Amino acid sequence: MNKNKPVIPLSLVKPGTPVVLEGITGGLGLRRRMEGMGLSRGSRFTVVQNLGPGPCVIAVGEARMALGHGMSGKILVRERG
Amino acid sequence: MAKGIKVALAGNPNSGKSTIFNNLTGIRQHVGNYPGVTVEKKEGYLSYRDYDITIVDLPGTYSLTAHSLDEIVARNFIVDEKPDVVIDVIDTSNLERNLYLAVQIMELGVPLVLAMNMADLAKKRGILIDEDKLSRLLGVPLVTTVATKKLHMNQLLEKAVTLIEGKSDLHPPVIRYGREVEKQLGRLSAEIARDSEITRHRSPRWLALKILEGDSVVIDRVKKSAVGEKVLSMSERGIAYLRSIYGDDPEAIIAERRYGFISGACDESMKRNFELRHNTSDMIDTILLNRLLGLPIFFFLIWLTFKFVFSLSAPLIHGIEILFGYLGHLVGLLLPEGSAIQSLVVDGVIGGVGSVIVFIPVIYLLYFALSFLEDSGYLSRAAFLMDKFMHKIGLHGRSFIPMLLGFGCSLPGIMATRTIEDENDRLTTLLVIPFMSCGARLPIYILFIGAFFSEKDAGNILFLIYFIGILVAVVMAKIFRSYLFRGKSAPFVMELPPYRMPTLKGLVIHMWEKGVLYLKKAGTVIFAGCVLMWFLSNFPMNPSYSKDYDLLIREAKGERQIAELERDRNMEKMKKSYAGWVGKTMAPAFKPLGLDDWRVGVGLVGGFVAKEIFVATLGTLYAVEVEEGEPYSLRQALKRARRSDGDPLYTPLVAFSLMIFCLLYLPCVATIGVIRKETGSWKWPLFTIAYTIGVAWIVSFLIYQGGLLLGLG
Repeated sequence: MNKNKPVIPLSLVKPGTPVVLEGITGGLGLRRRMEGMGLSRGSRFTVVQNLGPGPCVIAVGEARMALGHGMSGKILVRERG
Repeated sequence: MAKGIKVALAGNPNSGKSTIFNNLTGIRQHVGNYPGVTVEKKEGYLSYRDYDITIVDLPGTYSLTAHSLDEIVARNFIVDEKPDVVIDVIDTSNLERNLYLAVQIMELGVPLVLAMNMADLAKKRGILIDEDKLSRLLGVPLVTTVATKKLHMNQLLEKAVTLIEGKSDLHPPVIRYGREVEKQLGRLSAEIARDSEITRHRSPRWLALKILEGDSVVIDRVKKSAVGEKVLSMSERGIAYLRSIYGDDPEAIIAERRYGFISGACDESMKRNFELRHNTSDMIDTILLNRLLGLPIFFFLIWLTFKFVFSLSAPLIHGIEILFGYLGHLVGLLLPEGSAIQSLVVDGVIGGVGSVIVFIPVIYLLYFALSFLEDSGYLSRAAFLMDKFMHKIGLHGRSFIPMLLGFGCSLPGIMATRTIEDENDRLTTLLVIPFMSCGARLPIYILFIGAFFSEKDAGNILFLIYFIGILVAVVMAKIFRSYLFRGKSAPFVMELPPYRMPTLKGLVIHMWEKGVLYLKKAGTVIFAGCVLMWFLSNFPMNPSYSKDYDLLIREAKGERQIAELERDRNMEKMKKSYAGWVGKTMAPAFKPLGLDDWRVGVGLVGGFVAKEIFVATLGTLYAVEVEEGEPYSLRQALKRARRSDGDPLYTPLVAFSLMIFCLLYLPCVATIGVIRKETGSWKWPLFTIAYTIGVAWIVSFLIYQGGLLLGLG
């Protein structure tokens, strides 16, 4: 893992970029939901699509996950170089 | 003697669980509900070796937290009903995420077999799994399956039975959560273990773990136990302590460790020989989920759906209408003229049932189209696309699918709100679903639009009605969210299944299953409603008339005069019936809406039994004015209806006001029943009754009076 890269909110990541999950800010609800879907700190995934500020699609392994409006600003990631 | 065993089938949504269930049990299935909740419970039966096996299909879930009703139901079943073995269906192409549920089932301490399903798909995607190694690392037996090809179904049963017989030498490991968490777990479970009542079905370690995870259901349960106070104060301190060292909630630490265990096992047993970057599904998504194109395409598809449904169903409806008209006429000839039995059979039974059958084509075609959208994988994308908009009106992207289902029938729509986790989101969605114009209201529109609008305008008017329904739902949702259910809505995180070409067989099965639900309702409730309405409108049998019709008819000259007198008599009889009394009593309330027809009042009462009864009732009430020998046609009767001053009773504006009232007022009895069941109290169904009537009256009033001002009357 490239520790030199900064931790940024998911909303700022360009499509096609592989990232590592560093943390989830915001409510317990979002975190639980993410955990159930296989995303906890250290999980690796790739941003597939960014639909404007907020909604985006990420690829976790072979699964595609849609994150709704307002989620991606709360998810902190680090780019995998 | 055959020995009975119980097998629970668990798994993530989209893992192929239902297909495996169908493969194993075939047609020997029973659908019911889990006790106390409306989560559907499917049971199937089969014989294997000398065992009689009952398989219970648990709701598809991603985990076993207390996060949604489905998860709680699945968990409670495993804990309380103690199945002999749980088969967890795994989508092998998404191994790590699917194992999260498996690990949680393991932690419940029940015997577990993994069905590594979609093995062919995983292989195609370059995922190679060393099964023996994975099985040893997880300590559970596993079988690779391809449910769609019925591959290895017997091996799956064999492993399950072997496990029950105790012939497996595999033992699931205990997942360790690190020194600090373990220390808290040890202290908590020692305290919990002192109460033998609460630990009868659940291990102290599991209970302690759930408390640290902040599981509300377990915490509530422990709170009520003898050791509750001590345990909870202990856990609060423990959680605070863990938070201080890790800088994070214990829940996050625990999830991280679980995934750590899983990815450790996967790293050792799984290999990828190539990685697919952009598969076809992603390519399609770049278009369908495009920032600019996404929504227009979505609206186009919805429009196409309705177009498909209505243009295909129109000729079928017409055919059925004619058929029932003639059927009523023919049967009428066989029965004694003018008798109560003739009236019951022709007007009550055939007329009523005909009005129900008439829109079976619409219901089935709508379900066919919705199943197509669902099976293809588009429906979850639609929810995602609508999420932003739904948020603006204070709802959740997930509210969208239940609301869309509401167009078919409110019942499945309201039942589908279970997938909405947040209680506020769920209640709001549930309360506005009745405004989504369900299929049962269609016959009303078809009747009035056909009678009072040109063929050219028909489509637009219908669209306008649906649109007003949606608009009212949106406004009400916003109001509820701002005043009644305040608070933030839950995050939208949803899996997007890969696009698939739906199979015709799958579509037909889905269409059939959902359509039958409607038919069952039609067969019982609606039929009973029709007969009840017939009774109300035909009794008392011999009221006191204002004129001596018998005498007048005997003295009358010419057929024409006799027919007119008979018509007047029937009219008066109807007015003096119980139904007429109800309609007339309610009539003043409807005058400001332009509705000056007491029969509408009666119809609206009937419509509460089921919306489609409204048309059936009007049919029964107007049938008396239809002349001899002419096939039953309510549209003609409505067009001919006159006020006492000779003006037509219905203008297009009045018809429109009436249709909007029918759209918005009172959902049917069945819907009220489901709301009662889903919310667990009478508070919300009663609230729904009151507020929908109020909203309907206000909107219709505005439309009619506004229309008059604009000179549309």
